[in-house]
Amino acid sequence: MRYWLVLYLWLTLAWPAVALKSSGNLAAEFLLFPQSAQFSDQMDENVTLSFQPKFSHEWNQGKDLLSAEFFLRMDNKDENREHADIRELKWLHVSGDNEWRVGIDTVFWGVTESRHLVDVINQTDRLEGFDGEDKLGQPMLQYTHIMDAGVFHFFMLAGFREPEFRGSKGRLRLPLLIDASQSLYESSDQDEHIDFALRYTHFTGDTELGFSVFNGTDRDPLFLPGLDNNGNNVLIPFYQQMTQFGFDVQSIIGDWTWKLELIHRDGNSDTFTAATGGFEYTLYGILETAVDLGTLLEYSAEDREENEAIFDNDLFGGLRFAFNDVQSTEILAGIIVDTEKSSKSFRVEASRRIGDNWKLTGEIQVFTDVESSDPLVAFSQDDYLLVEFARYY
Amino acid sequence: MFKKITLALLITWPFLAIAQTAEEKGLQIAKAADAYDQGFVDFTANMQMILKNKKGEVSKRQIRIRTLEVDGDGDKSMSIFDEPADVKGTAMLTYSHGLKPDDQWLYLPAIKRVKRINSRNKSGPFMGSEFAFEDLGSQEVEKYSYKYLRDEACEDRQCFVIERIPAYKFSGYTRQQVWLDQQDYRLMKADFYDRKNELLKTLTASDYQQYLGRYWRPGKMEMINHQNGKSTTLEWSDYRFKTGLQDRDFKSQTLKRVR
Repeated sequence: MRYWLVLYLWLTLAWPAVALKSSGNLAAEFLLFPQSAQFSDQMDENVTLSFQPKFSHEWNQGKDLLSAEFFLRMDNKDENREHADIRELKWLHVSGDNEWRVGIDTVFWGVTESRHLVDVINQTDRLEGFDGEDKLGQPMLQYTHIMDAGVFHFFMLAGFREPEFRGSKGRLRLPLLIDASQSLYESSDQDEHIDFALRYTHFTGDTELGFSVFNGTDRDPLFLPGLDNNGNNVLIPFYQQMTQFGFDVQSIIGDWTWKLELIHRDGNSDTFTAATGGFEYTLYGILETAVDLGTLLEYSAEDREENEAIFDNDLFGGLRFAFNDVQSTEILAGIIVDTEKSSKSFRVEASRRIGDNWKLTGEIQVFTDVESSDPLVAFSQDDYLLVEFARYY
Repeated sequence: MFKKITLALLITWPFLAIAQTAEEKGLQIAKAADAYDQGFVDFTANMQMILKNKKGEVSKRQIRIRTLEVDGDGDKSMSIFDEPADVKGTAMLTYSHGLKPDDQWLYLPAIKRVKRINSRNKSGPFMGSEFAFEDLGSQEVEKYSYKYLRDEACEDRQCFVIERIPAYKFSGYTRQQVWLDQQDYRLMKADFYDRKNELLKTLTASDYQQYLGRYWRPGKMEMINHQNGKSTTLEWSDYRFKTGLQDRDFKSQTLKRVR
C-alpha cells in the first residue's frame, strides 16, 4: 500500500513536467443483498469507493510510450476487499514491425462473452466484480512481431500474482473461508516461478484465429481442506504447475458472429479439456428505432469431475440492447442454465452516461433453483443489486 | 473518303455528346471527383462532434482520425476517442470496402480487449450522432450508381446536382442527392432519403480549405435530421497530409497502443 502511494505521488507530481496525459474515474458503489445471509458474519449491504487513475506519456512519435493505471478500492466493511493494485506500469517500444513491452500489464485473449477460457496471462481480481472481468496487473516482458501472415506474441511472466479472497463478511463466497496465508505451490519457486507463453493471431477476411500455449503457475487454484491458526476449518489454495493449449476463433457470416474457445489444461493434479462456443446475432434498428438488439447463445462444456466444475454443461443466453443514443445506453440481460441440474443464474447489466462526465451502471443478479449438489449452492442466498455512480475525467 | 468521314464526324459530334445518358454523365462526374482526390497518401485530423437535440441541448465528442489511402480498395482509418471521458482511450479501426461489409475492430480500454465487430450494418448512428457509419466511411465510386440531374448555382459557384443510389444492399438510404461544385468537385450539400424514400437528412459542408495545393477538406459539416429535429456538426481541425503513416500503423494489434 505504501509503495503504491509513493509511486502515485511521484507520478502526479513529477509527470506534469513532461507532456503527460491523465485520465481515470472515481466511483461510488452501492451493493444490496435482499436475502438473509447463509453464513454468519456476511453483510447485507455495503457502500464502497474506487479510484482508477491512468497516466501516459508518449514520445518519439508514439514509438515510445510509458503508461500507468492504478486501482484502489476502499471498503469499510470487508477488510479483505480494501485493496490496491497496479493494473499497468510499463514501457512500450516500437521498432518497425516489432513491439517490446516491459513492466506490469494486463492482456486479454479470446472471443466469447460468457466465459474466458483461453485468457490466462492475468490473475482475476477476485475482490472486484463478480463476473471475473477484473484482472490483477502482471509483471512481464512481451515481444510482439507483426507480419502479413499474422501476429506473433512472446511473454515471459516474472512471478505469480497471488489473489486475495473475500473475507468472512463478504457475500458470494464458499462456506469455508480461504486462507491465502497458507497458500501452497507445486513449484519450489513458489510465487516466483517464471512462466512463459506464446500466442499467434491472424485474420483472413471475416475470420479471426488465435493459437496459444502457456506454461507456468495455474491461475485457478485447487482448494485443500486445512485449519487456520485458531483451529478453524479453512480452504488452502494450491497452485499447480500446468501447460495450457488454447485455440480461439471468431467468424462473421452475415449478421451472425460465431465464436469458439477451446483449451486443454495439463497439470499433475488437474487435467481437463473445456470449450465454450456459440453465436451472436444482431437485429439492427428494431421497431424502426436506432436500437440494435443482439442475441447471444453460448454453450460451455468441460470433462472435469462434476464437483470441481461450475461450468460443466451450461447454456448461456443473452440479449444485448444498444440504444445508440447520445447517452450510450446499453442493457445486457443474460441467463446461465445448467443443462444437467436445475440451477439457473440470471443477470442484467445496464449503463448510461449522465451529462458529459458521469456514468451510472446497474447490475442485478438472481440465482434460482440451485440444487444442493451444485457448487453454486454457496451463492444461492446471494442475489444482489449493485449500483455504481462514476465520475470520469 | 477522308473528307466524308470528317464530315460525318462533324455532323454527328454534337449528337454524340447528347447521346451520353444522364447515368453516364453522373458516373463521369463521380469518377472525376474521385480522381481529383487520389494520391493524398494519408492524413490525420481532429474532429469535434457537436450533437444537438430538439431542445437545443448540446453534447460533445472529441475524436482523432488517421486515414491511409489504399489503392483499389476503400481506405483504412483509425478513430481515437478523447471525449466523452468515459470512452477516452477507445479506438476503432476500419478497413472500408466498396460493396462488401467493412472490416472493423474496436479496442475497449476498460477490459483491454480488441473486439472484431460485425459491421454489415453501416446505417446505424455513429456515437449517438445524426451521422451514420456509412456517411463517414470512405467514398468509393463503386458504392453508388449515379444519375446527373442538372446544373445549379450553389453559394458563389456552379454545382452539378447528381442522384446517387447506394449499391450496398444494407444501406439505410434509397437515394441521395448531392451538390458537387464544378470547379473543384467539392461536396457542398447532400440530401439523404430514407428506406421509404422520404427526406431524412441534409448535410451541408463549408469552410473548405485546400491542402498540398490540391486536396480540399471541409472545416465544418452540418447534418440536420428533418424527421427528429436533431442535428450534428463536425468541426475539423489540424488537417495534416502525407504524415508518413504506414500500413503497419493500421493493424488491429496497433489499437492496443494508440493513445
